Amino acid sequence: MTTWLMAGLLFTPLAWAAITLLLSFRNGRWVSWLGMLVQVLVSVGVWLLVVDRGEFYHGLGGWDAPLGIELRVDGLAIIFVLLTATVATACGWHAGMYLDSDKPWQKHFWPLFWFLWAALNSVWLSGDLFNLYVGLEVITLTAVGLVAVGGQADALRAALRYLLVALVGSMAYLLGVALVYGEFGVLSLAVVRELQAENGVGMTLPLALMLGGLAVKSALFPMHGWLPPAHGVAKSPVSGLMSGLVVKASFYIAARLWLELGHEAGSLALAQVLGVLGSAAVVWGSWLALRQKKLKQVVAYSSVAQIGYLFLLFPLTLSVSEAVSLQAQQGVTLQVVSHALAKGAMFLAAGNLILSVRSGEVDALAGVGRFLPFSLFSFGLAGVSLMGLPPSGGFAAKWLLLQASLASGQWWWALVLLAGGLLSALYVFRIYQASFVQDSDLDEFYHPPRSLELVPMILALLALGLGLVVDPMLTLLGRPFGEGSVP
Amino acid sequence: MSAHLLYAFGGVVLCGMGLGGFILLSHLLRKLLAFNIMGSGIFLILVGLAQHGGGAEPGMDPVPQALVLTGIVVAVSATALALVLIRRYYYLTGQTVLESSAESGRRNNDDDPGSRKDGAL
Repeated sequence: MTTWLMAGLLFTPLAWAAITLLLSFRNGRWVSWLGMLVQVLVSVGVWLLVVDRGEFYHGLGGWDAPLGIELRVDGLAIIFVLLTATVATACGWHAGMYLDSDKPWQKHFWPLFWFLWAALNSVWLSGDLFNLYVGLEVITLTAVGLVAVGGQADALRAALRYLLVALVGSMAYLLGVALVYGEFGVLSLAVVRELQAENGVGMTLPLALMLGGLAVKSALFPMHGWLPPAHGVAKSPVSGLMSGLVVKASFYIAARLWLELGHEAGSLALAQVLGVLGSAAVVWGSWLALRQKKLKQVVAYSSVAQIGYLFLLFPLTLSVSEAVSLQAQQGVTLQVVSHALAKGAMFLAAGNLILSVRSGEVDALAGVGRFLPFSLFSFGLAGVSLMGLPPSGGFAAKWLLLQASLASGQWWWALVLLAGGLLSALYVFRIYQASFVQDSDLDEFYHPPRSLELVPMILALLALGLGLVVDPMLTLLGRPFGEGSVP
Repeated sequence: MSAHLLYAFGGVVLCGMGLGGFILLSHLLRKLLAFNIMGSGIFLILVGLAQHGGGAEPGMDPVPQALVLTGIVVAVSATALALVLIRRYYYLTGQTVLESSAESGRRNNDDDPGSRKDGAL
């Protein structure tokens, strides 16, 4: 059973990709909708498996650690697998109706979408430095492809800039992997941690290189310049995938590395630098979001800000008590999940609004409030989670981070959390202000189909309701490993 | 100093040259070539360092070769994708460099309705 479920997570997405490669957009849509159903069922199956028998290691094809590829199936990985299934299904469902199926190039959407899904799952489950690198690269290549599909010069420019920056980031990561392998001769993250603790060898340089590369790929301030054009110019369902999932993959690897190797190799200075850059991203990203003229650029810059919060993980888990570190990890995990859901909802809703008013400008939204579009409501609900108001997932995340920063005596991060919340409220309200302008001459308004408006609403409600199911989700994080599964 | 370590140092030099070229050059093809040089440097470091120390038995570890082979496949795919994008970009704009973000921002505001519509929908 386990073998089938793991194959279902990693290989069936590749099969969907191969099949849709041969089909037109319309036929690929039916195959993909069926595929999404299968993938959701498989993801839930793996989740039930972990709930049932605890976390475990799984050697692919029966080959164990040093020779084969070993997958680590733990609570964190499962949360990300489920998150991927949710957000990707929403975006794929939306894309099937939203993208113009008459354009010949749209048929490339589905294969890229499925390759992306397969690569994301492999990153969540890998416990091996090199395998993570390969997964990360497949994510980059498919994401760049998705941004560029059918695009004009603007989209190509954004895709090229994204590709070049991401490639340099991967090179830095790979250099770190080469140094680790040169020192220890192993790639498994768990084994590297043991060897490092035994030998007391400082892996500070490799760790810094890998984290640096990953930070570039996660668009950490000041290397965030590539993100807003790429996420802003892509088609809305693609933007949802990018902001919701793709940038999280590189952050996920950075967090894994830090939690496994940081105690020995990390330094206080490195942690504080990453925290400060994250804080700068929160403030600067929100400020720029406030000043954008285009709706999707507002949402994209808001992603830069929200990703900044994640980097508070680094200072809040180094040389602090076990309890504080756990709190910070839980807060960051919640922030990832709630941001992915809320940002998916926001981009999809923004896509619907742009479809309605036939313009991407914020000012073009003037008077839209009179037509009471459902999508504007979804946009606002997602905004509630970004601002961190209760009972949203964003509130729970920021509350945990706030507690962790006060308990560890690093009160300055609390200021960042408060300022970030305030600024995000400003940029969300600015969209609303533009929509409710009274004296506009807008009299033509296209109502998108209900099914198109339903998807962002579901995502926004999930982000909002996340705060109510925090406890069951967080208990998943701390499950013990099942017996006989240690590598 | 062993020959393996010499390879690793050669790799470091190549990697530095590649990074320098990547940052300093603005022509897209040159940037891509610089990226490839950087990649080759890293592969040299990967093989050289691993044969020097680490591993089970110095000089006998086959894993780095396998890693580098995979790395080459990844680099080739990335290069191919970049080439396709650069070609299409050149075809559409006649440009071989990415504009600085300030310029492209101005352009975006000027040349709107058409490109905006295509970008958004």
